[in-house]
Amino acid sequence: MMLFFGGMVILNRNPVASALSLVVSFIALAALYVSLDAYFIGVIQILVYAGAVMVLFLFIIMLLDLKAESRRRVNFPAVCGGFVVIILFIKVLSDVCYGFEGGNAKFPPISQGPQGDVWHVGMVLFRQYNVALQVVGTLILVATIGVVILSKRELK
Amino acid sequence: MVTLNDYLIASGLLFAIGFAGVLLRRNVIIIFMALELMLNAANLSLIGFSRYNVHDGVPDYNGQVLAFFIITVAAAEVTVGLAIIVALFRARQTTHVEDINTLKF
Repeated sequence: MMLFFGGMVILNRNPVASALSLVVSFIALAALYVSLDAYFIGVIQILVYAGAVMVLFLFIIMLLDLKAESRRRVNFPAVCGGFVVIILFIKVLSDVCYGFEGGNAKFPPISQGPQGDVWHVGMVLFRQYNVALQVVGTLILVATIGVVILSKRELK
Repeated sequence: MVTLNDYLIASGLLFAIGFAGVLLRRNVIIIFMALELMLNAANLSLIGFSRYNVHDGVPDYNGQVLAFFIITVAAAEVTVGLAIIVALFRARQTTHVEDINTLKF
């Protein structure tokens, strides 16, 4: 389902339909995260991607008032090159996956004890990666300021 | 029984779809969505490996923390990128990459 809607994202001509397929794809991906016992990341995925980022995409699409793309003269060599690159990529991918011996083992069972998933993620995040967390916070601040300056009417 | 390879193949196919989108589509916003798909494919394989490496019954949370950072940076990147697209649209009234060729040699 995730792959189907992921395919729909790039196959749809209408940007709005594309964005909505992306939402479904992300929600299915969040379900996959939950099936991997990563509840925290699954919830974050839904909140950040299916919530914030998709609203942003839809808002921009409405703001720019994009219509469905008209069928253009396709650049034939470019399309062929694209398909060749992608087929080679999938070939390499299948080679790597089938050469990877450990991949067929079952997932070992986990027992997290009384603390849940979020507790463990928080412990690692705030102890081991505290500096990285601060850096990411600063990055978001810089991005916010940058967006405000970019969206001013005229740059001086 | 679902194994690690299944998740890795799903992740790789999602990455291939995103890659195809970036190479084949000509609308900047669709290219952006395809970029998001590729970032999420990387996240899926990270979380798969995190679940696969279990020590003392606890998964390896380093992978999940890295996925968290990727989500954060991707969100920041999307906001900046969309602001750039809006500025570009104001200047050129187009979102087609073939119409934006001033820098082309």
